[in-house]
Amino acid sequence: MKPVDTTRLAMQSILRYPLRTSMLLLAVAIGVTAVVLLTSVGEGARRYVTGEFSSLGTNLLVVFPGKSDTTGGGAGMMIGETPRDLTVDDAMAIERSPLVSQVAPAIIGSGTASWRQREREITVLGTTSKMRSVQHWNMRAGQFLPELDMDVASPVCVLGSVVRDEFFGRADPLGQWIRIGDARCRVIGVLAQAGLTGPFNTDELVIVPVASAQQIFNATSLLRIIVEVVGNDAIKGARRDVIEIVKARHQGEEDITVVSRDAVLDTFNTIFDAITYALAGIAAISLVVAGVLIMNVMLVAVSQRTEEIGLLKALGAKQRQIIGLFLAEAVFLSMLGALVGLGFGTFAARLLNAAFPIVEFSAPPWALAAAVAIAVSSGLVFGILPARRAARLDPVEALAGR
Amino acid sequence: MIELRQVSRHFQVGDQTVHALDRVDLAIESGEFISIMGPSGSGKSTLLNILGLLDRPTHGSYRLNGADVAKLDDSRLADQRQQNIGFVFQSFHLIPRLNARENVELPMVLAGAPMASRRERARQVLQSMGLGKRLDHRPDQLSGGERQRVAIGRAIVMNPKVLLADEPTGNLDSQSSNDVIDILHRLNRDGLSLLVVTHDPEIGGQAHRRLAMRDGRIIRDHNGASS
Repeated sequence: MKPVDTTRLAMQSILRYPLRTSMLLLAVAIGVTAVVLLTSVGEGARRYVTGEFSSLGTNLLVVFPGKSDTTGGGAGMMIGETPRDLTVDDAMAIERSPLVSQVAPAIIGSGTASWRQREREITVLGTTSKMRSVQHWNMRAGQFLPELDMDVASPVCVLGSVVRDEFFGRADPLGQWIRIGDARCRVIGVLAQAGLTGPFNTDELVIVPVASAQQIFNATSLLRIIVEVVGNDAIKGARRDVIEIVKARHQGEEDITVVSRDAVLDTFNTIFDAITYALAGIAAISLVVAGVLIMNVMLVAVSQRTEEIGLLKALGAKQRQIIGLFLAEAVFLSMLGALVGLGFGTFAARLLNAAFPIVEFSAPPWALAAAVAIAVSSGLVFGILPARRAARLDPVEALAGR
Repeated sequence: MIELRQVSRHFQVGDQTVHALDRVDLAIESGEFISIMGPSGSGKSTLLNILGLLDRPTHGSYRLNGADVAKLDDSRLADQRQQNIGFVFQSFHLIPRLNARENVELPMVLAGAPMASRRERARQVLQSMGLGKRLDHRPDQLSGGERQRVAIGRAIVMNPKVLLADEPTGNLDSQSSNDVIDILHRLNRDGLSLLVVTHDPEIGGQAHRRLAMRDGRIIRDHNGASS
């Protein structure tokens, strides 16, 4: 029997039972849709987060106190070592490296800010004027921190856009004095709304000069130092330089962690890939369920078409031809279902995109291929039992409809 | 052409063994027209099924064209059925979703014949059955007699050596029966061996050789037309 004839005969029986066929198509399609949609969500989340981190700029290094690597816990903590603080002096030393173009220290604390009768808990970021160019922040009003040496305090501050709106509403914040803890500072600028950029949610920040932040929180240690390297090629050298410089200043102890954007991205990619695979796996279960359904329906088809199978045998059909016919039917059912599901899934992902334009939902190609492959192979695997049952029918009894 | 020797077929029903065929000897020459008559349960259908290679004898030997077919595996049996044997059933057994031409083509499809040649062949066969205008009709658009003629067309489309018919007129009115019988006669005149199981004494009587069966045995074997 020619493959084209097998196909035609199988398609004819698929088309003959439209209700049965549409139910099965629906079952498979739902499974494939689930795979497409869930992997779209996983992939969308990955793209969103890594995209946000990409905005960090490719030529940045982030220096943390304490030795750890990006994938494990802090090794320093494990062996009971207390890392030395990262200080403003370290930052200034790093800035002297020829491979480093600029350095922005960051110290973070939380405190109570107030203006007139309004008061709220805020996050204070102490840094320098360099932070703005390193992070590519835009201003909504006024200006960013003035160019001061790192160890010079100044009673000025820049507000994140949410903080500004909550304190000042319609009033003009520029030139107003707000109180942070025991200190007072004059508002000189407001950041443009940006949401989560890099490690900070700038909308919720109050930014002050790093020396001022050290006074407010009575602390000298920096949370991190953001280092901008002269060029992408220099990343490795600069990283080594930074480690050497800080090591020399810390009595020869290598007690900092230097992370490049790529390392962070790699970590996130790994995490989100794992999430996407897990989602795809869960969705694939529904495809297996659809396969069981196919098996059930094909078993019913075998008993409905017993006489026909007997006839085919009388006409000289071999067992493997009958297996081929029923398997083809199961596979075509699952294949058609998979195609419908791809359509549904892609459409649903579009709807999601329209609803949440900030995230780009689209299933990775491997997920589309895998969904179709799993659907078709479950049709194949679960089609085998009914097909074999059909092929093994006794022709005499089958013709008699028994 | 066909030679059965000491063929028995036993069925196990509960603890009882039913001897559907009991040591049957039968030789059929090419071109014969044979009727098999007998009460229900006499083993007619079992004999037909064994001759048609749909069933296997419990004991005995079956030679078809000189070859022992009792021991062939499933796939070889299928080949033999395809090449040598045509079946006509009381209830036609047409596939409802296929039209007349496609039903007739089915054995050629299973044999892997190319599309163009089998279409032409099916058309010819249906024309010779007087169904040249019914090629595209599905079984539910045909009368009983037309359906049986389609089924006969399907049975002979591969040019088998022998046509096995089980009550071919059992579901037909007398006019359609006559049409079917005429066709069977014509096929026989063209050299096809014919074996018809029937209750209908009229067809039975028209056969050149008439077998009567009872309790799994052939109790009479008459040669020459009775009327």
